[in-house]
Amino acid sequence: MNPNHDLIAVFGGIFGLLALFSAIGMGLKWRVSPGAPHAVIDNLNARIKAWWAMIALIGGAIWIGKGGVIALFAFISFQSLREFVSLTHTRRGDHRALLWSFFVFLPLQYWLIATDWYGLFSILIPVYAFLLLPISSSLGADTQRFLERAAKVQWGLMICVYCLSHVPALLTLDIAGYTGRNALLVVFLVLTVQSSDVFQYVWGKLLGKHKVSPAISPSKTVEGLVGGVLTSTAVGAALWWITPFTPLEAGLIALVINVMGFFGGFVLSAIKRDRGVKDWGSMIEGHGGMLDRVDSISFSAPIFFHIVRYWWT
Amino acid sequence: MSLDRLAASALCGFAKLLTGVRALWIGSAPDARPRVYFANHRSHGDFVLIWASLPPHLRRLTRPVAGADYWLTTPLKRYIINRVFRGVTIDRRPDRHGPNPVEQMGEALAAGESLILFPEGTRNLGEGVQPFKSGIHHLAKAHPEAELIPVWIENLGRVMPKGSVIPVPLLCSLSFGPPLAAQDNESRDAFLARARAALLDLAPPED
Repeated sequence: MNPNHDLIAVFGGIFGLLALFSAIGMGLKWRVSPGAPHAVIDNLNARIKAWWAMIALIGGAIWIGKGGVIALFAFISFQSLREFVSLTHTRRGDHRALLWSFFVFLPLQYWLIATDWYGLFSILIPVYAFLLLPISSSLGADTQRFLERAAKVQWGLMICVYCLSHVPALLTLDIAGYTGRNALLVVFLVLTVQSSDVFQYVWGKLLGKHKVSPAISPSKTVEGLVGGVLTSTAVGAALWWITPFTPLEAGLIALVINVMGFFGGFVLSAIKRDRGVKDWGSMIEGHGGMLDRVDSISFSAPIFFHIVRYWWT
Repeated sequence: MSLDRLAASALCGFAKLLTGVRALWIGSAPDARPRVYFANHRSHGDFVLIWASLPPHLRRLTRPVAGADYWLTTPLKRYIINRVFRGVTIDRRPDRHGPNPVEQMGEALAAGESLILFPEGTRNLGEGVQPFKSGIHHLAKAHPEAELIPVWIENLGRVMPKGSVIPVPLLCSLSFGPPLAAQDNESRDAFLARARAALLDLAPPED
């Protein structure tokens, strides 16, 4: 089996689906409100349009190879960290710690993937950034809300850099009988978790009645959550042929990462509500910011990485 | 396109790229009538960001008010403030001999132009907003036809705090609030406090 054939098959399928969704979106627009703005349908169409761009970017990165995937996720981390720090309050004394985060720890973390140095990759941010950044902040000689500020910087690095970097790190795993096919693991993870977001949105819009937690997210419903997680678990199981897993294993793993992904969105929503905003940014039309799009991946990627690393290598 | 305009678009493009600035028109919409945009002041780039966030046809009509003591000191700064942004440069010293700053600003408004003004008078390096100087009060009394629009600039002060060389690539946002309503028989201090409160209303919650 040539991995390229599988990649072409998967991406061909995704683009076919997107074409179908685009047609449905245009049809809805034409049937319901031609020429006039319609909040839900216009947002749906903006989202579908953004999906074309996002899938094309991931496809392009995989086509370039390991370097492309690393560069893409380094950029995603950079943009996410920008959005995260922009919305959380830091003080002048944190300036140097922020510079270290953006310009040293972020590139270093991705460089460690490129050079396959797993030992340092896994502890760079939880140990070294954790100890060095508060030292740098303390040299700012500003004690006001010190613990809170140090925690925020560390949290931003963990969510936006450390966790997300586990997606390209999948390319470094040595799986027997799966050599040269690791990019398909990236596809499996991203596709499963993102489809869970999409299906939660679709089921929520179709059937949603009971809110999961109105205090945290006004749009998440129990119906959307259950329908979305189950549907995308089926998607994961159906993708078993691109993974080293059996169909049952693929389904179980998909279930775990979908649940983690849901809570990723949930936890980051709690932070957004606390800051009084709806979105992390405005970079991706219809979706909000970068972090709105990758919050679920951030929470599922490390778990997925460790499941594969523990049982398959 | 003239060199001045080219420099203007280059500076705007750079500012937007560096700060990812988002303009949030919360209480007002872009409009060509004479306006005074008044904002919190943390960095020399503040007015560039406001200027860059306006629709291009309004930029030509909008002039930043800038301190002569900073902006007229080198040829490059003079070029930027006079030619690129067509700023109104005022002498902030109390013992000045030149033209009256309020009259200088008023001339622009009378000509149908808008102003970008920082009523704190100087860059605020701490937290919050300093008390307003009285210039904006004199201006509002002399030009009741001009709308006073508060603009909260979020994060630019954090991108490059005083004394640092490398900027942190944070995202900035500008919140344009509703025009300050006119009130008869209001004392100067009450007016200044009300204008300052209108600006602070646009700030995100302190945590």
